[in-house]
Amino acid sequence: MSIDMKQFHQTFFDESFEGLDIMETGLLGLEVGAADEDVVNSIFRAAHSIKGGSGTFGFTDIASFTHILETMLDEMRDGTRDVTQEAVDGLLESVDCLREMLNAASDEADVDKDAVAKVQQKLEAILNSGGAAPAAVATSCVSTDDDASNINATGWSIRFAPHLGMLTTGNDPARMFRVLEELGDLLVVADVSGMPIYDEFHAEDIHISWQLTLTGDVSHEQVADVFEWVDDECDLEITELSESENLPEISKPDEPLAVAASNVDEQPKSDDRRQGDRRLSKSSGAESASIRVGIDKVDDIINLVGELVITQSMLGQVGAELEAEEQGCRDAIRIERLREGLAQLERNTRELQESVMRIRMLPISFVFSRFPRMVHDLSSKMDKSIELIISGEQTELDKTIMEKIGDPLVHLVRNSIDHGIETTQERIAAGKPETGTVSLNAFHQGGNIVLEIRDDGKGLNREKILAKARERGLVQDDELVPDEKIYDLIFQPGFSTADVVSDVSGRGVGMDVVRRNIRDLGGNVEIHSETGVGTVMLIRLPLTLAILDGQLVSVGKQTYVVPLTSIIESLQIRCDQIKTVAGQAHVYLLRDEYIPIIRLCDVFDVPARTADIDGGLMVVVEGDGQKAGLVVDDLLAQQQVVIKSLETNFKRVDGISGATILGDGTVAMILDVGGLIAYSKSMDPAVIRSRKNDNEHMIQQDRESPQEGNEMVMMKMNKEAADERNTVH
Amino acid sequence: MSAIQSIEQSYTVVGVDVSADMDQYLTFILADEEYGVDILRVQEIKGWGSVTPIPNTPEFIKGVINLRGTIVPIIDLRQRFGLKKMEYGKLTVVIVLKVVCEVGERVMGIIVDAVSDVYNVAEEEMKPPPDFGSVVSIDYVKGLATVGEKMVIVLDIDHLLTSSVYDSIDNSAK
Repeated sequence: MSIDMKQFHQTFFDESFEGLDIMETGLLGLEVGAADEDVVNSIFRAAHSIKGGSGTFGFTDIASFTHILETMLDEMRDGTRDVTQEAVDGLLESVDCLREMLNAASDEADVDKDAVAKVQQKLEAILNSGGAAPAAVATSCVSTDDDASNINATGWSIRFAPHLGMLTTGNDPARMFRVLEELGDLLVVADVSGMPIYDEFHAEDIHISWQLTLTGDVSHEQVADVFEWVDDECDLEITELSESENLPEISKPDEPLAVAASNVDEQPKSDDRRQGDRRLSKSSGAESASIRVGIDKVDDIINLVGELVITQSMLGQVGAELEAEEQGCRDAIRIERLREGLAQLERNTRELQESVMRIRMLPISFVFSRFPRMVHDLSSKMDKSIELIISGEQTELDKTIMEKIGDPLVHLVRNSIDHGIETTQERIAAGKPETGTVSLNAFHQGGNIVLEIRDDGKGLNREKILAKARERGLVQDDELVPDEKIYDLIFQPGFSTADVVSDVSGRGVGMDVVRRNIRDLGGNVEIHSETGVGTVMLIRLPLTLAILDGQLVSVGKQTYVVPLTSIIESLQIRCDQIKTVAGQAHVYLLRDEYIPIIRLCDVFDVPARTADIDGGLMVVVEGDGQKAGLVVDDLLAQQQVVIKSLETNFKRVDGISGATILGDGTVAMILDVGGLIAYSKSMDPAVIRSRKNDNEHMIQQDRESPQEGNEMVMMKMNKEAADERNTVH
Repeated sequence: MSAIQSIEQSYTVVGVDVSADMDQYLTFILADEEYGVDILRVQEIKGWGSVTPIPNTPEFIKGVINLRGTIVPIIDLRQRFGLKKMEYGKLTVVIVLKVVCEVGERVMGIIVDAVSDVYNVAEEEMKPPPDFGSVVSIDYVKGLATVGEKMVIVLDIDHLLTSSVYDSIDNSAK
């Protein structure tokens, strides 16, 4: 067989990493009490398949390493070994080690052999020292010296009738028989009565069933183990061989009956019967419910559906226009049919879009799952007793966001543990329960996903932060600082109040990165804290990066999209509420709050429809914790828009987060509210004033002549072009 | 109008041999001069339509268009070179180009007066540009090619358009 095994490697690695996750989760579950049989079994199975796979693909060092692990787990499974903290820790460590080894294998890099050997020795030491009286060794690879209680029978009679398609799942009866043969004397009798005539025979179907007789000191479990992977693929009966039962009166089948249906060519050889050779394929019925698909394929579909949505709304508009124009004419019936068709198209498109978006959504448990381990390690390292409570882990989130939120979240949780939760002594002294609690929660809130990290630690030290800020000159000495501003300070680069820099946190690098990462994802982070009671950090994230709920607004002839999540309210401007600061900056008195006014026409330098701000419309928005009022000419529809990057073919533009394509096929800019507020602040007032004059000038001209603004521009161009022609010729 | 004339002329040029060591260039007219770009970079040629302006960008960046779902920025080459603006009319053409830069490939459009022709230019026919005191910076010129009686200015579009994106200096002074 000359199949390039490399093509299966990726699948093997993917499955192995999943297996490691299962093992880790299981092991963390174990420490609470005595061994739960199901849990140990699931850990064992994961280890077992990693071992099998790595053996098959020739990663012998991984296979032999896993073997030790498996041995230990098997003893736990049999109940011959107690689940001790030491053992669990050792196993966890070896899970890490395995992950390293797998990573190295997948990158074709070298693994740190010393580290592996160290973990291996440690594991072996635990194995040899602890627990079991008669050390039962790993399952099927050892057949003798095994006098555990469940071994008794002189042999087993096995009826093995594989289902038609078993070979297609990668299971090969010949291999299984070889393994059985290792356990004892094996007699194989094939029943070929089910064989079809040659013309109907398909090479990948099995029509043979077998009657196997295995004699020797073998446990039921060992036999069952061999068939573990084909449970769902065959009819299997394993019965104890009683003394009286006669062996079937059939001569020993010496030639390839057993391999008739498959093309395994070699005769069993005893020296290559490594257990790892068993080609174990995990594909059984239960797992076929999901498929692995490359993320790029999904993205292609999402893009195409985005196009479809645009086309659909374009058609919808044409339909609506047609309907309005043709009312009462003789084509009314056909137009009605068209309208119905368009309505259906709209419904289907929307559903299609939603389902496609859902493909990218994964439960947040993919991120949360790493925390039990982290908290476990950190709490033992820092000698704090911490309980982690996770809820809402089924909340779904876009995969891209999920990948990027992991590290910031780790940072925040680490901070909570390191800075938030006090040591046990401090907690007792403060009259708090000995065990600190860190809770992670995820939930949906108005089109956003909110991640909440809550601890019941000592809270942020307001005074200390303030003192540090004064020291660094971030805050004036006599300045009164509101709470939000103080909490905002900890997101400043290089800001740390930790007395001692530990290797966990305290260097002051990180919180600024955390916030930047979260902002890059279109989210924000908020902190609430109370001294002595605890801290809550809220991360708000959009559900997906691909679409956005937007409010369309118009300024002059341009349409802009304001993200709905950043809009607080929209109102009609009352002139008497506008105040001027220092003669040029305008603020609006909204209830008891002064909000800076941003005139989009000035900031973006587009001619507005009217220079008169009184009675105009203002959209109050909030971005990066700051409020502002955007003056617009008109509020248009609210709709979902597909976000397109400007950076793909251009570059980042201040105040703009991207672009989208509207129903009529034109492009509209999506506002980045936080960036816009910052940008408008940084703008030179003189520039704004000159723009304002320009715009007002234009409007003035507009009023004098009936033409619209753009025609005016065109006319100016005409004139210039004429000038040029004059000079050229 | 000279632009139209040259188009009419160019349509009479036929039957150019394609040989191995020759590069093909699409040429266009800009203020009576003929410019060329590597034809393999040309994605398509389309008529002038409306654009959506990008706020706070130099004036030569006219805005973006929707090219079958892709957002494509459009640059007015006249304004980029500091030439006089010209009225956009029926003959105004947008050449959509693939631009290669450090970050990868970009798709951008340039507005020109009119498309002219396709020429084969052998490598040895291409002359390095002299330091002419032209409006076009020598940095953006790959070479000068002589085709018959005419001179074609072959542009280095990668350099020209990438710098247009990052150049915050407004070159459209006039």
